[in-house]
Amino acid sequence: MTVTINHYLIASLLLFSIGFFGVLARRNFLIILMSIELMLNAVNLNLIAFSRRLSDLTGQVFSVFVITIAAGEAAIGLALTISLFRQRKTLNVEEADTMRG
Amino acid sequence: MAGGALLTGTAGWLFVVFAGLALAAAIAVVVARSPVHSALYLLLSFLLVACIFILQQAEFVAAVQMLVYAGGIMVLFLFVVMLVNPRTVQTVKSFQHQWDVALLLFPIFLAPFAYVLWTDKLPDIPANPDAFRMVRGKIAGNTEAVAWSLFRDYLLPFEIASIFLLVAMIGAVVLGKRSLEKMD
Repeated sequence: MTVTINHYLIASLLLFSIGFFGVLARRNFLIILMSIELMLNAVNLNLIAFSRRLSDLTGQVFSVFVITIAAGEAAIGLALTISLFRQRKTLNVEEADTMRG
Repeated sequence: MAGGALLTGTAGWLFVVFAGLALAAAIAVVVARSPVHSALYLLLSFLLVACIFILQQAEFVAAVQMLVYAGGIMVLFLFVVMLVNPRTVQTVKSFQHQWDVALLLFPIFLAPFAYVLWTDKLPDIPANPDAFRMVRGKIAGNTEAVAWSLFRDYLLPFEIASIFLLVAMIGAVVLGKRSLEKMD
């Protein structure tokens, strides 16, 4: 089995799309956060594949930065989750509609 | 479809297995009803993606992925799942009511990606496996090579990332503390 960059791009595209669908379609705030992590993981997969394809280390360094951002985002997102749950007793994003116009 | 092969033979099949399982785990994350199941499938997906990184000679990134994602972020997720008792948040329908519209729009979202895939114009660079191990002209390890790049070429982004983490930490503490005070 010969794997080219296109196989990597397709795998990463599917992973990103699954995460994107999760963000759009789920109601549970926690699972929306997990879907965002899936999307960031797909970006990392692309960075690593292009790093190998172009024989350049920069892609690996950038994916370390992406993981850093993901860690910060998870910490803030989970703090918001706890805040939301304490105030509303629910994690359903459709019920958090105070700002609805 | 220009471009050299990244993996051949057994390694290629391993990629197919890991990528297929990672995608299956990702689908399970999105469709699972219980957040605990979602978190565990997410862990599986992270570990499989780390295996793919190892196939691409990114050993350091694979180790960071396992430590930070599988170790740190997943523990955080499971903590929060325990804190917000999942039995009280179990809703009748787990998808929003427009989920069918989202599924319909999904192919339109795919179209630009497919266009980019079929018009691949990457330069033909010969594969150089040593590029990920070279430090100042000598063959060292992947971790050393990443460290040299990170602390010399990307020192400013590295420092900015550390400030970002500090801001995120303070923000998380403030958000968590305020909601605890409201609770009492």
